[in-house]
Amino acid sequence: MKTLPRADVAIVGGGWAGLLMAKELGARTGLSVVVLERGAPRKTADYFEGMDELDYAIRLRMMQDASKETVTFRHTSKDRALPVRQFASFLPGTGVGGAGEHWTGITPRFLPDCFEILTRTVERYGAGRLPENHSMQDWGITYAELEPFYTRAEKLLGISGKTGLDPFEGPHSAEYPTPPQRTGYFPSLFRDAARSLGYHPSPVPSANLSQAYRNPDGIVRPACTYCGFCERFGCMVGAKAQPTNMLLPVIARHKSVTVRTGANVRRVLYKDGKATGVSYVDANGEEVVQPADLVVLASWTLNNTRLLLLSKIGEAYDARSGTGHLGRNFTHQATFRGVVLFFDRPLNRFMGSGACGVAIRDLDGDSFDHGPLNFIRGAYIGAYSRGHPPIGSFGVVPPSVKATWGSEWKKAAMDAFDCAANLGISGEHLAYRTNYLDLDPTYRDSHGDPLLRMTMDWNDNERNMIGFVSAKMAQVGREMGAREVVAAALPRRYDVNTYRSTHLQGGTIMGVNPGNSVVNPWLQHWRMSNLFVLGASTFPQNPSGNPTLTILAQTLRTADAIVDRYLKHPGLLA
Amino acid sequence: MRRRHFLTFSATAVGGLLVFTLDRQPLRVHAQSDRKIRVPLRFFDEREALLVSAAVARIFPSDATGPGAMEGGVVIYIDRQLAGPYGRDRYRYTQPPFEEGIPEQGYQGKATPREVYREGLVLLGQDFDRLTPAAQDARLRNMETTYFFRLLRQHTIEGMFCDPMHGGNADMIGWQLIGYPGPQMSWSDHIDQHYGKPFRPKPRSLNEVVGHQVKPGEEAE
Ligand SMILES: Cc1cc2nc3c(=O)[nH]c(=O)nc-3n(C[C@H](O)[C@H](O)[C@H](O)COP(=O)(O)OP(=O)(O)OC[C@H]3O[C@@H](n4cnc5c(N)ncnc54)[C@H](O)[C@@H]3O)c2cc1C
Ligand code: SF4
Repeated sequence: MKTLPRADVAIVGGGWAGLLMAKELGARTGLSVVVLERGAPRKTADYFEGMDELDYAIRLRMMQDASKETVTFRHTSKDRALPVRQFASFLPGTGVGGAGEHWTGITPRFLPDCFEILTRTVERYGAGRLPENHSMQDWGITYAELEPFYTRAEKLLGISGKTGLDPFEGPHSAEYPTPPQRTGYFPSLFRDAARSLGYHPSPVPSANLSQAYRNPDGIVRPACTYCGFCERFGCMVGAKAQPTNMLLPVIARHKSVTVRTGANVRRVLYKDGKATGVSYVDANGEEVVQPADLVVLASWTLNNTRLLLLSKIGEAYDARSGTGHLGRNFTHQATFRGVVLFFDRPLNRFMGSGACGVAIRDLDGDSFDHGPLNFIRGAYIGAYSRGHPPIGSFGVVPPSVKATWGSEWKKAAMDAFDCAANLGISGEHLAYRTNYLDLDPTYRDSHGDPLLRMTMDWNDNERNMIGFVSAKMAQVGREMGAREVVAAALPRRYDVNTYRSTHLQGGTIMGVNPGNSVVNPWLQHWRMSNLFVLGASTFPQNPSGNPTLTILAQTLRTADAIVDRYLKHPGLLA
Repeated sequence: MRRRHFLTFSATAVGGLLVFTLDRQPLRVHAQSDRKIRVPLRFFDEREALLVSAAVARIFPSDATGPGAMEGGVVIYIDRQLAGPYGRDRYRYTQPPFEEGIPEQGYQGKATPREVYREGLVLLGQDFDRLTPAAQDARLRNMETTYFFRLLRQHTIEGMFCDPMHGGNADMIGWQLIGYPGPQMSWSDHIDQHYGKPFRPKPRSLNEVVGHQVKPGEEAE
């Protein structure tokens, strides 16, 4: 074991959150900052050779190596958890830039009422409407408090979009920095049909730039070329905002910040209620201690929670007694196919970008009256043209075709290949007492540490909501001129085989007091004031929209709190 | 060292077949050569390769709609995948205990893809490639619920539509079948054009686009 010289700040994880924090501290303070990233270095030039569906989107070349570390999964406390032996329903990132390298770039803000979901729901419908076993709670910040940071994050990434078309969006203090991306054919059909049925379609806010953009750090990125190798790929021209193309170059200007790769952090170290650093295993397998005055966890939802559990910081959640907060309110965005539409003309969907699409929020959040309905909340619904490479998309056939191989199937699948598409339904996932994270008693990672265990299942609120929204989308599909509209299967039980999204949240949730949360509204650990936790692990429940813009906005807010207040008076921020 | 095995393809079997793209316009599949090609095998022996080739040809047949898995070289693709890191489960969590789970918990088997194939080939039978198509289909139908068949079907789709550098999708035959153009640097001039009409640019492979040989994942350590 070797002990390195002390750093002012150690940041665990070099993805979106960790590198944004490093950039802010590097630019605004003289502190020595070390980012510890378990994976390898990366750069834009690597992605030129990366337009290969098999190695990247199917074999998941850029994602976490499950052979070394995974999670276990079961539906309920009574079941036996087994390891997720290969990732599929979500895809954790690794390496510099984290999942931010191969993300899609869909960047909506959350609806304002998400942050006060419990209060607003009870106010409007009464406590009787809260689902059984829920553990929903307000975030401890409001949309208004977060708004300036949303605007800053949008300027940093150059988000392409247009305000004012969606009556449900929260107030924006500035227009999006770049105009919306252009619209592919399939999303254009959705836009027109949704509008004629009285919905309010608007272009999906996108981190795939519609035009060249220079951000406040002086980083210039070119326009997206709609190459279609976007989701699960890195962008070879740097048009998609990724930590490596817009944060690393700024970090490189500051000698005080180091990004150390191959550093797999295993514990947060502490003494007398203060974090003293972290210990990690380096690329040669050697145990290393990095002492630090301030520790920031930015290792994404699963490892943020796991590192606190392994380090025994805070009280682990016990589902039986309902005590403890670490690990609770674990959620996974309820993303479902909703409806599959078959057209009698090609959609040319090989062109496009991750966020090239049109969405509606009319059936999202509390945008519509739930009075007579059997569920609360809703979904962010969109139609996209994003490349859809063939290994992943071939094989969709109308229900009349029962064969799954052979000539009949081949013909039907060929006919449908570029003529079938689904409307993406990204549903809100409420928090329940029965969905949580803890340490697995049996299975271990390659260092011998217990794996994280997910206990998770869908509940009736998601099933009823997805069913309702899918029926509405079937109407839109018919209005779009689809020859056949097929309702996809509704959520039954959570399964790890089908990709939904990589929007896992909760585990180290934020809140207004230590009696209901792990971190305070500044994402500072209630029990250890020199420990901060960044990312979606702090979200008390899972709003419908994609989380990263909110992660970035919160990271900026925490960076301000650290620089402007904490460093002057170290201690719990009020 | 194992004996070197080869599979011989007659490339003329590829050329000149009529296929139909999505716009219902007949299109000639472009074959690059009319020579016989001998492909060295990395995992299968020749006998095994012939069995797998016959099986994938029933999953994705060569028929009135165009060429299939035989012409696409799917067996070459599978051979290389099994010989590479994927075949030995380099990236899968393979720590014990192995317990039988429920389907929602995903594949829990101990067998690597290589082992699944070696066992699957026994089920398929030594005579598989000499059966009539109807008899082959009947045998495959009996295996439909096995993990081997699930892999075989998935690998057939992969081998039909992967970039040709992986050994399948020979002459981009799979992409031509479905009107997919492969990797290209820019669709800026087209993304909001061609609404409702087929736009079918000539496919290009990754090596063509980047101008040099890219090292495919199956050749990693
Ligand atoms: C295919 C895909 C598409 C997506 N599309 C979208 C989208 O359209 N919109 C959206 O908002 N979000 C999207 N996401 C999610 C988005 O990528 C994440 O929300 C975002 O990257 C989270 O940032 P983060 O910094 O918290 O985590 P990450 O970016 O994942 O970074 C965490 C980093 O921590 C490192 N790390 C973990 N454990 C350790 C350890 N023990 N020691 C050292 N380092 C460690 C990891 O290697 C990783 O680099 C997508 C994700 C995927 C996979
Ligand atoms: S679609 Fe656009 S943003 Fe996405 S990888 Fe291609 S060029 Fe980059």
